[in-house]
Amino acid sequence: MSKVLSAQEVVAQIEDGMTIGIGGWGPRRKPMALIRELLRSDVKDLTVVAYGGADVGMLCAAGKVKKVVFAFVSLDFIPLEPFFRKARQTGSIETMEIDEGMMLLGLRAASWGVPYIPTQIGLGTDVIKVNPDLKVIDSPYDDKEWVAMPALKLDVSLVHVDRADKRGVCQIKGPDMYMDEWFARAADKTFVTTEEIVETDFFAQGDEARYVFWERSITTGVTLIPGGAHPTSCSPAYGFDVAHLKEYNGFAKEGGFEAYFDKYIGGKTEAEYQEAVGGLEAINALSIPVY
Amino acid sequence: MTTPAKDYTLAELMIVAGAEAFRHEGEVLATGIGMLPRIAASLAMKTFNTDLMMTDSEAFLLSEPNPVTGRTSHVGQKQETWMGFSRIFDNVWSRKRHAMVGPTQIDKFGQTNISALGGTYEQPKVMMLGVRGFPGNSISHPNSFFVPSHSTKTFVAGECDMVASIGYNPDRLPKGYVMDDVKMGLVITDLCVMDWKGANHSLRLLSLHPGITVEQVVENTGFEVEVPATVPTTPAPTEEQMAIIRLMDPKDGRAYQIKGNPAGDRS
Repeated sequence: MSKVLSAQEVVAQIEDGMTIGIGGWGPRRKPMALIRELLRSDVKDLTVVAYGGADVGMLCAAGKVKKVVFAFVSLDFIPLEPFFRKARQTGSIETMEIDEGMMLLGLRAASWGVPYIPTQIGLGTDVIKVNPDLKVIDSPYDDKEWVAMPALKLDVSLVHVDRADKRGVCQIKGPDMYMDEWFARAADKTFVTTEEIVETDFFAQGDEARYVFWERSITTGVTLIPGGAHPTSCSPAYGFDVAHLKEYNGFAKEGGFEAYFDKYIGGKTEAEYQEAVGGLEAINALSIPVY
Repeated sequence: MTTPAKDYTLAELMIVAGAEAFRHEGEVLATGIGMLPRIAASLAMKTFNTDLMMTDSEAFLLSEPNPVTGRTSHVGQKQETWMGFSRIFDNVWSRKRHAMVGPTQIDKFGQTNISALGGTYEQPKVMMLGVRGFPGNSISHPNSFFVPSHSTKTFVAGECDMVASIGYNPDRLPKGYVMDDVKMGLVITDLCVMDWKGANHSLRLLSLHPGITVEQVVENTGFEVEVPATVPTTPAPTEEQMAIIRLMDPKDGRAYQIKGNPAGDRS
């Protein structure tokens, strides 16, 4: 069995109006090569669920997004994502703004096939006011009210991993898998990009299998794109590209997203993108930020 | 050991005042968002509450807090437990945490906002971060607030533009809850220390930083602050505390956190 696909073949499976989940966290381990491929496509009206960074900002700026389900969208060292901000401030996107933990519960509910998970998160705040779809319910077991966090069912999830075999066994070797397991499980189809494709026997060595967080039946497609998380990080291989993200942020003030798109993405292959940002070797040399 | 320091900055005074928020919290995860709250939590962990837990801001709990400046790698840090972001939520929901956070807006109910300002919800004038983990944190564990510039812009007259954390607002109290279910710690500003233990959980002045008057606090707060008959002065850092602060911040990053890096005593 081989699940190996090209980035174009992955994006061909994403249709207008779909709900897509994007793994990673802020500027960390985002499947950016697939985001770039989406940006080159004519897909539109997406609902995006993410712990958002430049992935969400770019998709918003390119007019791909109908709705964002978010708790934050941030580049971390640049706290506010400039293009997401613009989209919000022009009222051009619909939103479901929820707590970070609520998003996790929504993904788990979808993964587990239950319609909602009760939680106290959101009570007493505007989260339950600005999201009319979010129901507050009585409990059959106590006298309190609870927020019924609905399942965040995803049509497609996009995740970037360190290693995979062609059957879809995926390894995340960095210190944190973030919520990627739940994005993978919550989706009908999960497509991963990987730094490396290995033989299945690789996972039989030492404790390598301990860094595999979902079974291969969850993985729909595997695309080999070393450096594919750039300009976000893929710890321990490389850190996020501070200079590039600063330049990206600068385009929000001058030039706009179109200028960024024209410089780095439009009409370019991923290899040409990597050439334009200094090459794969330079990406692999990006240091891991330390706080 | 407890000799008060002669020379200290406002940032150092605020760190020492902030550390107090963690003193009686027992064995909980101490989270300081931003450099000064993080040094404050570290100071508490290294002195009067050694049971505190702390992360490396990435994926591990540490038995010894990492310095906030001067590090180039996670190698050699005293990690003791894997603590990826998903486990942070497990910790939050276990209630064993105290976070010190820096809201953009705080209202008279102790509700806060980091999401968006002005305009309408559909089209805010200024989009900020989003509610992040504030709704879950605020209903799960105590939070303290750190305000580097005490003004009516932060302590707003009305309700927050977007209420991201639960406070002591009777109109929003969830069914089955009492006010005391909401836990709040200290409010540390560049002018004073306050808490939410005034009448009906209102904001109450606890101490004034050296050289600051009650009037300055009142003028710069958009709602009523309960002022006791006598207000003590915020204690100066001790030499022992100053030594630990320098250890936790060897490159003096704290000098750049408060505008102009003023002296701690402004009299």
